[in-house]
Amino acid sequence: MTSRLWIVAAAGFLVAAVITGVLVGPVHIGLGEVVRSFLSKLPFLDVHSNLSPAEDSIVWDIRFPRVVLGALVGAMLALAGASYQGVFRNPLADPYLLGVAAGAGLGATLAVVYLGGTYWLPPAAFVGGAVAVVIAYAIGRSTGRSSGGATLVLAGVTVAAFFTAVQTFIQQQHTDTLQQIYSWILGSLPSSDWTDVRTVLPYAAIATVGILLHRRLLDVLSVGDEEAATLGVHVGRVRLAVVVCATIGTAAAVAVAGLIGFVGIIVPHAIRLVAGPSYRLLLPLSVLVGAGFLVFADVIARTALAPQELPIGVVTAFFGAPFFAVVLRTSRRMLG
Amino acid sequence: MSSALAVERLTVELGGRNVVDGISFAVERGEWVTLIGPNGAGKTTLLRAVAGLLSYGGEISVGGEPVRSLRRREVAKRVAVVQQSPLMPAGMSVREYVLLGRTPFVSYIGRESRHDDAASESAIARLDLGELAERDLGTLSGGERQRAVLARALAQEAPLLLLDEPTSALDAGRQQEALELIDALRLDAGLTVVATMHDLTVAGLYASRLLLLSSGRIVAQGAPAEVLTEPLIAEHYGAHVRVVDGAVIPVRR
Repeated sequence: MTSRLWIVAAAGFLVAAVITGVLVGPVHIGLGEVVRSFLSKLPFLDVHSNLSPAEDSIVWDIRFPRVVLGALVGAMLALAGASYQGVFRNPLADPYLLGVAAGAGLGATLAVVYLGGTYWLPPAAFVGGAVAVVIAYAIGRSTGRSSGGATLVLAGVTVAAFFTAVQTFIQQQHTDTLQQIYSWILGSLPSSDWTDVRTVLPYAAIATVGILLHRRLLDVLSVGDEEAATLGVHVGRVRLAVVVCATIGTAAAVAVAGLIGFVGIIVPHAIRLVAGPSYRLLLPLSVLVGAGFLVFADVIARTALAPQELPIGVVTAFFGAPFFAVVLRTSRRMLG
Repeated sequence: MSSALAVERLTVELGGRNVVDGISFAVERGEWVTLIGPNGAGKTTLLRAVAGLLSYGGEISVGGEPVRSLRRREVAKRVAVVQQSPLMPAGMSVREYVLLGRTPFVSYIGRESRHDDAASESAIARLDLGELAERDLGTLSGGERQRAVLARALAQEAPLLLLDEPTSALDAGRQQEALELIDALRLDAGLTVVATMHDLTVAGLYASRLLLLSSGRIVAQGAPAEVLTEPLIAEHYGAHVRVVDGAVIPVRR
């Protein structure tokens, strides 16, 4: 299949996810009604919505922002996972397993507790995530190259454990904000509205553009640092640029949706299985499929125990952890 | 006209030790010079310094231009490197891999031009990889892998080709095939080849000149017959050998 067809298929998957996300819920609203309502909001079209004001609000103020936010978060986590896998040449890298998400969580918690307000959330989450990835990478490298890719993940898990401990400590000290932080840290989208979308969007845009511009160079890096250097690539610069962008994307996702694991493992590896490992195709596909995947996961989170909601992080871990075990088994070849 | 490669008073310090210790030599255009020497003599380190991968003392010039003053991309346009055991990512096709050789010609965020595609296709054709172009690198045999690596280096269109133990992973037949191919490429593309090799007989067969390195210095150089002598090999390798018609044959003590 050519690249273009894969992109079209992935876009179709995302559209299907968005439609499902908007239609599924306690109040039944048909697809035709939603489409009419959408058209009625466009200028110069003489279409009238059949939705009652309450239904209109359900669709446009509750379901749509949640679906869009889920798509953005999923896109960022999958893209960041694929990017970390590329720059660290490690199939097990994932924002959650590298400790980036936990670092971002700590940063975000500090922002909630000490700075108050969502404006500082993404930058604080970025700083926390960046600190975490630097520490994880330094620990992973200090044990030597020969020890294989699992070391980086062990280092990441160590960093994550420490940052989570600090984060929990701060959270317990400030019981007034405990509830707010607790539900958020498990990974959730329930309280989302358009404000959250506006908060994430600029960061997501920077991360996506920055990473996609490097997709050819990530293919060059796959032959190893030294060979990439003999091909004229400044490996350190590329790695830094991609890690910064991936961490911005992770931080934005964590700032609005908390810790959602395994998306960065499941999505890129599933794509590699069917479309091959080239980053030129893998990265754009990760954006589309990651977005669709998280929207579907959120539908499951909303419906599995309805009317209660599962944290979405529980859903992704439920599917992701077994998937990770499979990747671990088959990754020996890739780790070399 | 300036030499293809000129190395003057080159020193490379690694781990507090001069692994290359004041080496000078020049390689003329179209020559094939092979570095030989016992393990740890500094052969690979010398190649890595020429490729611009290590910091060094002294001067290295490629085609008259000092490597130190060139940007990394400019070095890559002048020097192609075939590593001893290159990493060949499974899942990548031969065509994609060869196209990586065009990296120095593509701008940071740009894409390959039609000319880049053509250069890489012609390297594929030259190494007879047409039938294998869509194959996954992970499924290639040793000889096919070596041809893919050479095609990538050829696509780079660099006048100087550095080969680090290019055939150490190949059986005798594939080794000969690969070296004949490299020699043919050298002649028709006008390449200059600098290689390192362990097998002394094979080194002597293909090189126009040998440099014998020991402890980071050049201890002998010249035509293969002048360097592959029983006393020199005994002194620097500690090996007991007979040299018969250019063949270096180990004998028991």
